[in-house]
Amino acid sequence: MDLQEFQSKELVAQYGVPVPQGMLARTAEQAEDMARKITAERYMVKAQIKAGGRGLAGGIKTAATPSLVFDAAKAMIGQSLVTQQTGTTGEPVEAVYVEAAIDIDKSFYVALALDPGTAHPLLLASSKGGVEFEQSAQIDPGIVQQFDLTGASASKVAKFLEGQDFPDAKTAAELVLKMARAFTQNDMTLLEINPLVHTTDGQWMALDAKVSLDGNAMFRHTELQDLAQADHMSEAEKIAYDNNINLVQLDGNIGVVVNGAGLGLATNDLLVDAGGRPANFMDIRTTATSFDIAKGVDLILSDPKVSCLFLNVHGGGMTVCDTVAEGVAFAYARADRKPAIVARLAGQNAEWGLRILKERRLPVEVFETMKEATARCVALAGGRR
Amino acid sequence: MAIFVGKDTKVMVQGITGRSGTFYTDQALRYGSGFVAGVRPGKGGSTHLDLPIFDDVATAKKKTGANASLIVVPAHRAADAMIEAIEAELDVVVCVTERVPQHDMTKVKAALEGSKTVLIGPNSQGILTPDACKIGVMPTKDALPGPIGIVSRSASLTSEILAQTSAISMGQSTTIGIGGDAIHGAGFVDCLKAFKDDDDTEIVVLIGEIGGREEEDAAEYLASVRYEKPVIALIVGRHAPQERRMGHAGTLSFFGAQDAVGKIAALKAAGVHIAEDAEDVAHQIQQLKS
Repeated sequence: MDLQEFQSKELVAQYGVPVPQGMLARTAEQAEDMARKITAERYMVKAQIKAGGRGLAGGIKTAATPSLVFDAAKAMIGQSLVTQQTGTTGEPVEAVYVEAAIDIDKSFYVALALDPGTAHPLLLASSKGGVEFEQSAQIDPGIVQQFDLTGASASKVAKFLEGQDFPDAKTAAELVLKMARAFTQNDMTLLEINPLVHTTDGQWMALDAKVSLDGNAMFRHTELQDLAQADHMSEAEKIAYDNNINLVQLDGNIGVVVNGAGLGLATNDLLVDAGGRPANFMDIRTTATSFDIAKGVDLILSDPKVSCLFLNVHGGGMTVCDTVAEGVAFAYARADRKPAIVARLAGQNAEWGLRILKERRLPVEVFETMKEATARCVALAGGRR
Repeated sequence: MAIFVGKDTKVMVQGITGRSGTFYTDQALRYGSGFVAGVRPGKGGSTHLDLPIFDDVATAKKKTGANASLIVVPAHRAADAMIEAIEAELDVVVCVTERVPQHDMTKVKAALEGSKTVLIGPNSQGILTPDACKIGVMPTKDALPGPIGIVSRSASLTSEILAQTSAISMGQSTTIGIGGDAIHGAGFVDCLKAFKDDDDTEIVVLIGEIGGREEEDAAEYLASVRYEKPVIALIVGRHAPQERRMGHAGTLSFFGAQDAVGKIAALKAAGVHIAEDAEDVAHQIQQLKS
């Protein structure tokens, strides 16, 4: 779960990481008022979206006076911001963060993440921080170095940072250890500060912060739940999630009902290879009941683009084929629109599942293999694109 | 002899009295696996599904000789359950629990350092040696003893590929799901190493997907040794819409993770046979056999 900049900054500031004085504004008028309350020679106006790449996309502007803050905020709020990390539709800007501009001597990059192999907290650091860092690191990953923070003392961290050309490495190391506390105590999966700047008057300051929280750990962070709720899932995806289904909406016209993430990805590959366009990705969790599954199918059927439903199920464990078939039958019984179903059922209770689909008189065509079923779906959906 | 588990494996179940624990223990007993005990703090001395229940893992091991565990406890208790089983020095620990917090795995990984325990999972479908031992949640209807070793990140695809191999009368030595979480116990490389030394395994099928760098590590390992057994890989997610990322364009790329195309290329360069799609694995096996 990704937090926005102002939320991330609030969180790390609590642990003593220095951030510029700033406030959140939801209208241009508010932004101007806030600027008048902030003591600064210049201001930054920053679009609040949950994706990086804002600087290069015009989502961060400098303004000399509070009235120019108004103009900058007016141009951003209500617009969609497209960056390298948002996809082509971009992300709507609902608020801007207004803060004091800082005189930068040099920009750095620091991030904390768990090493996927050892689960140790790792520090990633680079002296090439700033808006172009992401491109630079893609061209030359060598500009970023890693350091294992497990049991590391401030002096060891300082030595590592010194090796990455960080000035005043002792203070920077203390800052990193403060970040590490925030990282661990809040179950973060990523804490990234880019840029971490060394100011012209010799201070360290976090000019941006990005936090990802572990959704699986929110049961012990009731205090973070409000932040976490405002996630980027669509309304339908949220309903599905609450019903034990991982749903990702796509822009195609073939509805897909699959149990398991791996089979879901495989199905998506098969459909696209055959020239089809999936309307969604679905992964039914093993704990899902047929009522849960019906909710998921409702969501797919309510998408007017969907011209057929591909039921690709390998029954096993607690998700057996008849459970899925029951779910589909429930959804079809109450649906206004009943598009053709292309079914390929295998594994536990496959015959039983097919019997349910036929006896409930659903518009079903049954295929033995995924390839045959895929081809039929593509034909029903209007042929190869 | 298969890998990690066989006829002689004696299994205890942590969290046996819950809904899932009861369901999967019952299924394993029906399959004929050597399930000998259950663990549930506070219920020691009672029985469940005719198995003796103990308060802790160490006692269950001492009294029954159990050397493996199936963990089916809620997510917030999963790390403690894994650590308890590792500290009791069980040979194999399978955790099927989903949604375990990542920071909890830091403690679990620390317990694993220097330990001989093979941890499978969390969020794994488990391990199956057909007709000998099932520790997990996978269906067994289509399982058949034979020469194919399967190691996978996906439960549903393992079932699918298992059925496809059985359909061409090529059974399985052992199938292992390493789990769908970013941080987990045994990885592809650990399983490939075990399959390499296993006389019962002639061909290894590796089922990977986008995310993480298990496939890259496997490719690196396979390129570095004389593996001597053919490996077939199915990598799914080629057409998955690029996941919305935050922060650096894939902070994970620092750790060397690539997209599906990159993973396939790395495996191909290491001499692995690539299955075109989910229905091509059996065909690949037949080609190797002819």
